[in-house]
Amino acid sequence: MAFGPFLLLATLEGLLQAAVLTLTALGLSLVFGVMRVVNVAHGELYMLGAVVAWWVASMFSLHPAVGFFAALVISPLIVGAIAFASERLILKRLNYDPESTIVATIGMLYIIQQTVLLTYGPDARPVSAPFYYRIQLPWFGYSGYNLFVIAAAIVLLLAVWFVLSRTRLGLIMRATQFDREMAQAFGIPIERVYAFVFAAGAMLAAVAAVLIVPIRQAHYLMGLDPLLLSFIVVILGGLGSLRGTVIAALLIGLSDGIISVFFSPTLAKIISTLLVALVLVFKPEGLFGAKAR
Amino acid sequence: MRVIALHVGVLAALFLVQFVLPDYHHLALTRVMLLAIYAMGYNMLFGYTGLLSLGHAMFFAAGLYVAGMTAYYTDLGVPLAFLIGICCGAALSLVIGVIALRTTGVAFMIVTMMFGQVAYLTITYFTDYTRGEEGLTMPTSARSFDLLGLHVDLTNAVQRYNLALGLLALTLLVIFVVVRGPIGRVLIAIRENETRTLMLGFDTFRMKLGALVLSGTISAMAGAAYGLMFAYVGSTFATIQYSIEALLFTLLGGAGTVLGPLLGSILMFYMIDITSEYTQAYLLVTGVALVVLVLFFPKGILGTIRERWLPWLP
Repeated sequence: MAFGPFLLLATLEGLLQAAVLTLTALGLSLVFGVMRVVNVAHGELYMLGAVVAWWVASMFSLHPAVGFFAALVISPLIVGAIAFASERLILKRLNYDPESTIVATIGMLYIIQQTVLLTYGPDARPVSAPFYYRIQLPWFGYSGYNLFVIAAAIVLLLAVWFVLSRTRLGLIMRATQFDREMAQAFGIPIERVYAFVFAAGAMLAAVAAVLIVPIRQAHYLMGLDPLLLSFIVVILGGLGSLRGTVIAALLIGLSDGIISVFFSPTLAKIISTLLVALVLVFKPEGLFGAKAR
Repeated sequence: MRVIALHVGVLAALFLVQFVLPDYHHLALTRVMLLAIYAMGYNMLFGYTGLLSLGHAMFFAAGLYVAGMTAYYTDLGVPLAFLIGICCGAALSLVIGVIALRTTGVAFMIVTMMFGQVAYLTITYFTDYTRGEEGLTMPTSARSFDLLGLHVDLTNAVQRYNLALGLLALTLLVIFVVVRGPIGRVLIAIRENETRTLMLGFDTFRMKLGALVLSGTISAMAGAAYGLMFAYVGSTFATIQYSIEALLFTLLGGAGTVLGPLLGSILMFYMIDITSEYTQAYLLVTGVALVVLVLFFPKGILGTIRERWLPWLP
């Protein structure tokens, strides 16, 4: 294949990765921004989304599309409910202390991951895509479903943006993020906002997982990579800045494919992790984020 | 006085118990003592200075790999390999400390976790030399050495046990002297309120760096001893999970207590050991333990005992 089409293919794959990564990282960023909680279990909530999607899809024996769209609705709801419950039962009791919540979410990581291992088992299992349609380009065929994922991610992003910036709910969330105590003084039920945000962050990860699971299979260890990548994206984009998160996810998603072509994937990971750690040390507000107040 | 008696008593009990233990537990306890040294190093930073690192496995792995690879590829001998491993651990912790200590709080945890991940990936990247997950097994030439006229055979379980106990006693002594002395008081002051300590005229950055280097060096020593004694180095020792294990041992036993990490290591090791006989999902215990500890016993076992009954406990 010539260089041009090859670059096009790499870009398409990069866009797919960026689409899923944006949704996942947005969930992490939302939780950190509003609650100041670093959710180490975020990757496992993503994994749970994929596993529940497999479970839902396998119950519908009709057309694969029925199972898929059922999973797209049910899986985020279940994952959101689990996140909601764990927020009420664990994080709230810790009073959102940064150190304790990190330790607790590490614990949640193991609990979710190992419970899935016990019930779902160590195998990777596929979910069939809702439709098969190959777009025949002059140089290569490309799966139409991949483009659907990218489009769906863009629609969801716009929806999140709309909720955050144009609705009363978004105003309440932004007020809580800006100044927790002042918001409380104005009668905003902080605790309900926190529980809602934690569930919403988990649901974003679950939706991302349901979208990707027809392309990559559901497996109990699939949560680690999205977690580390989301951390990288959220740090680069500035902790708690949504616009920065989207830009950083595009950057990471696109460059990841291209860097991996020229270097070995491990070396690419070493360099990017090291760079991100240094960004956090020397420019903690991120590359695109606003200066911390 | 009773403080010294308690520590000597614990060490004496560990010495005596080797005569009654069956083979399996004899070996297990040797491992646990080395892991306890690692956790004690971790406690130096987390328990006393209040810095939560999520990448301590890199110091353990630095000692493990440098000592192990020196013994594997060169013929410098075991004692020298052990020393080189410790020195490299100290150097690494100095470099990491200078960079990572510019951050505080959540950022410090994430930065250390990322450096830990970089260390792990580096080991995997140089898989030609480190053999990655499969690891290196020490040759027979590195299984025994002569030191000061003594012949030490590392395949001998009794000698291995007492060597580990000796290292544990040494670590206990160092930590005891440091935390009971003026430096320890400053470190605890930093943990409780760093700004106030700074205002009192202490160079808090230097104190934190000192604590991190001591912590990293002790962890590296544990790693070097582990690799040389059990004749195996592998990349699993560098994963995030190993960093979390040190945190868990310390939390369970009691962060900021001298004997806590030892107690935590013994209990957790056996808890995991027993569960793994029944299920492959033994890490579930780790998760549940972390959540329960942080929710109900944030001070750990010895921390709670100290608070309720024995205020003199170090």
